Amino acid sequence: MTINLKVWKQKNAKTSGSLETYKVDHVSPDMSFLEMFDVLNEKLVQENKEPIAFDHDCREGICGMCSMYINGQPHGPLEGVTTCQLHMRTFNDGDTIVVEPWRSKAFPVIKDLVVDRSAFDRIIASGGYVSVNTGNAQDANSLPIGKDKADMAFAAAACIGCGACVAACKNASAMLFVSAKVSQLALLPQGQPERESRALNMVAQMDAEGFGACTNTGACAAECPKEISLENIARLNREFLGASISSTGV
Amino acid sequence: MSWLTKTLTSSIGKKLLMALTGLFLCTFLIVHLIGNLQLFKNDGGYAFNNYAVFMTTFPLIKIVSYVNYALILFHAFWGLYITYKNRQARPVGYAVVKNSSNVFSRNMAVLGTILLVYLAVHMSDFWYKYHNEALPYVKYTEQISSGNIETTMMETGYTQEAKKVESLNEAAGTKTIIVKDLYSVVSFSFQNILLVLFYVLSMFAVAFHMFHGFQSAFQTLGWSHPKYTPLIKGIGVWVFAVLIPIGYAAMPLYFYFLK
Ligand code: HEM
Ligand code: SF4
Ligand code: FES
Repeated sequence: MTINLKVWKQKNAKTSGSLETYKVDHVSPDMSFLEMFDVLNEKLVQENKEPIAFDHDCREGICGMCSMYINGQPHGPLEGVTTCQLHMRTFNDGDTIVVEPWRSKAFPVIKDLVVDRSAFDRIIASGGYVSVNTGNAQDANSLPIGKDKADMAFAAAACIGCGACVAACKNASAMLFVSAKVSQLALLPQGQPERESRALNMVAQMDAEGFGACTNTGACAAECPKEISLENIARLNREFLGASISSTGV
Repeated sequence: MSWLTKTLTSSIGKKLLMALTGLFLCTFLIVHLIGNLQLFKNDGGYAFNNYAVFMTTFPLIKIVSYVNYALILFHAFWGLYITYKNRQARPVGYAVVKNSSNVFSRNMAVLGTILLVYLAVHMSDFWYKYHNEALPYVKYTEQISSGNIETTMMETGYTQEAKKVESLNEAAGTKTIIVKDLYSVVSFSFQNILLVLFYVLSMFAVAFHMFHGFQSAFQTLGWSHPKYTPLIKGIGVWVFAVLIPIGYAAMPLYFYFLK
């Protein structure tokens, strides 16, 4: 296959960028989207040109690094997959594909397609954890958890923090991500002690990072590679509003 | 900052205010429609004109209506403010966008602005005239024994401060009521095809705003449940985005085509 690419090139966070055109020949339909970029980059290096900077790590859909906004959709046209799991057979020979970085004030572009997603790390650090004191781990079966709750918590825990929800949302809102992180713990007994402060602090951090407010358009859930559902956002609203009313902090 | 301001100015709190004011306005849509259904009565405006007097003089309703005006303004400007802030969350846009969300959900502010313009026109058409201009009056003479009502248009130039004057003629067994004839004003206004079109098109904006807005408000409040959410979505679409806008649009169409 031959693929025509229009890729966002940007030197660093301070400069502004533009779309550059590239032609990639000999693309195998079985290559992943990232492998197609590897082929292109090798060629660019051989030609003494600057390769395109892009993020990746696991290449199996679990790390959430491979942020690419492909033809107007985060992680490209397929549902429930990340860019690294997207194969070139999804496209046609001769297609022109536009690849842009995530666009959000809270995710500044570092270079080309690489954005700084440490805003997510700061949100997690503000409450997306369970404090565990030292001592022996107790027997797992001494904490009864209903199957339905366990399933919901597990589905929320599938979030890989990729940021596609922010990229897809017209408000660049991080609500789906934060709702998944709040839900996975709010649903389980281990999450109860810090339940209120977690919801309050994570939402406060999310707002401080400059993400927009959710207007329930649902673009996030439609584009999420892990198919995190909007129910989680409703739960986050409940958790946050409930904690605002009932927490003892004035 | 107190906990309350902190809550209400957070991203979720801002949306809570939109949802609460939005749902209040939804109840207003129902009440206003039911009241105005009296326009369809073929009684020379008797029921409608008396209803207009009641709505503008009964103290409790007056209070509620002023609360309503305030909440519409609050909802509108708060919504536009949120939309403006949300735009700042993406300073550099995409070259290509393939949307996977519903078009109405993405354009609530545009639809809302159309509604705001519509409301301004609508208020100046009827509300402002009713309160501030010399309106025609109409006299209804009711035969108490039979309940028959005779309608007499008042001479032009009849000016009075009161919205309604009642008198009883025991000898003749009749009751007369003289009221401002808002019904005729409505009937006359809707002979103008441009105004009729504007009203009908604005009801599409209501329909689209409700198509997304009604269920969205419940999601904002955190009321999402596999058992009840389908019902809420159904009500949002069939009652608020279909039935109610049709009911409103029927009024100008009725006067233009049938009166
Ligand atoms: C009869 C009039 C109106 C009714 C019944 C109504 C109702 C609603 C409802 C129920 C919502 C959903 C709230 C949520 O998602 O939580 C909403 C959202 C919204 N409304 Fe209205 N509205 C009306 C008029 C207006 C007007 C005049 C504007 C003017 C600009 C406006 C602007 C908005 C905006 C921008 C949103 C989206 C806010 C957000 O999602 O953050 N609305 N409305
Ligand atoms: S919610 Fe989905 S789209 Fe958002 S960060 Fe998690 S996995 Fe990515
Ligand atoms: S590279 Fe890890 S999810 Fe794509």
